[in-house]
Amino acid sequence: MRLLDIFASSRPKGSSAIAKERLQILVAHDRTERGRPSYLPTLQRELLEVIRKYADVDMNAVSVSYEQEDSREILELNIILPETARR
Amino acid sequence: MARIIVITSGKGGVGKTTTSAALAMGLAQRGSRTAVVDFDVGLRNLDLIMGCERRVVYDFINVINGEASLNQALIRDRRCDDLFVLPASQTRDKEALTKEGVGKVLDDLSQTFDYVVCDSPAGIEHGATMAMYYADDAVVVTNPEVSSVRDSDRMLGILASKSRRAETGNEPIREYLLLTRYSPERVANGEMLGLEDVQEILSLDLLGVIPESMSVLNASNAGIPVILDSESDAGQAYGDMVARYLGEELPHRFLEVRKKGLFSRFFKE
Ligand SMILES: Nc1ncnc2c1ncn2[C@@H]1O[C@H](COP(=O)(O)OP(=O)(O)O)[C@@H](O)[C@H]1O
Ligand SMILES: [Mg+2]
Repeated sequence: MRLLDIFASSRPKGSSAIAKERLQILVAHDRTERGRPSYLPTLQRELLEVIRKYADVDMNAVSVSYEQEDSREILELNIILPETARR
Repeated sequence: MARIIVITSGKGGVGKTTTSAALAMGLAQRGSRTAVVDFDVGLRNLDLIMGCERRVVYDFINVINGEASLNQALIRDRRCDDLFVLPASQTRDKEALTKEGVGKVLDDLSQTFDYVVCDSPAGIEHGATMAMYYADDAVVVTNPEVSSVRDSDRMLGILASKSRRAETGNEPIREYLLLTRYSPERVANGEMLGLEDVQEILSLDLLGVIPESMSVLNASNAGIPVILDSESDAGQAYGDMVARYLGEELPHRFLEVRKKGLFSRFFKE
């Protein structure tokens, strides 16, 4: 534990401290959402439609994630196929 | 050419209309020709805060639809010759505010005014985006509270992407933070987010901190913009806000818990 932490934890922690923590997480999340291309939800829906022609997957089986790094953007598709599809 | 200032927030009830009235009155009192425009179609109340509700004949939408001229619809303030109010319509729906219509009215106002203050409705939908679309400056009114700060941040995203300045690749809108309904006592008790907490998240140019004050309710009861109550803490804080907007550097006041006087302590206990 650093010296500063000792001071921090000895301060009475009112609900405003929790408010701030929650806000920081929330706002960071909102900001990454904002940077995402607007076609992602449509892409996800259409992918699901195509996949459903071949396998009986449910709504949550397709996840699309998008990340931005300094010099590149990564679009990650994750499709979970049901057990039966392999047979 | 007028400078167009939007008073915005995302969240409702945070003090946008109170701030619009104060900023417009403050600028006009300093001799700038100022128009303040109510974009809250259906829920108009800027005229009430300005105390001119009984003089409303035509409104913003009448002007957009060509049913009245701008001069017919503008209401000159009785206390300050340089201040004019353009009221919102009480009856129409928000869609009546078209981008072209709003653009035309703001353009016409820009010919004869120094400042046009746009009082935004709550939300991030049509009415609010119309109010901010043509802005040069934005005052983001925020209460020290989770949902208000979050909505302010979302509004910043919209200002940066959906305004005319963003779409035409012009210099971005100048964004300022105005923290309102601030209660130093509650911040000291750890019940309310403090100025530093909010700034850590939003990091904007701070235009002012307006304390939670009874004088705001009194002023709105009487139809007098609170900035005219120069005895009150909120009135003075709004006065400082106007000065800062115009480039003066003033220390921020009303941030500390006020020492209780002998009498108030006596009556409390
Ligand atoms: N600094 C303040 N102190 C106390 N009450 C305030 C303050 N600012 C605003 N209010 C009150 O909050 C309510 C909402 O204010 P208003 O300016 O109408 O907000 P908005 O336009 O954002 O909906 C009103 O009742 C007003 O009197
Ligand atoms: Mg309002």
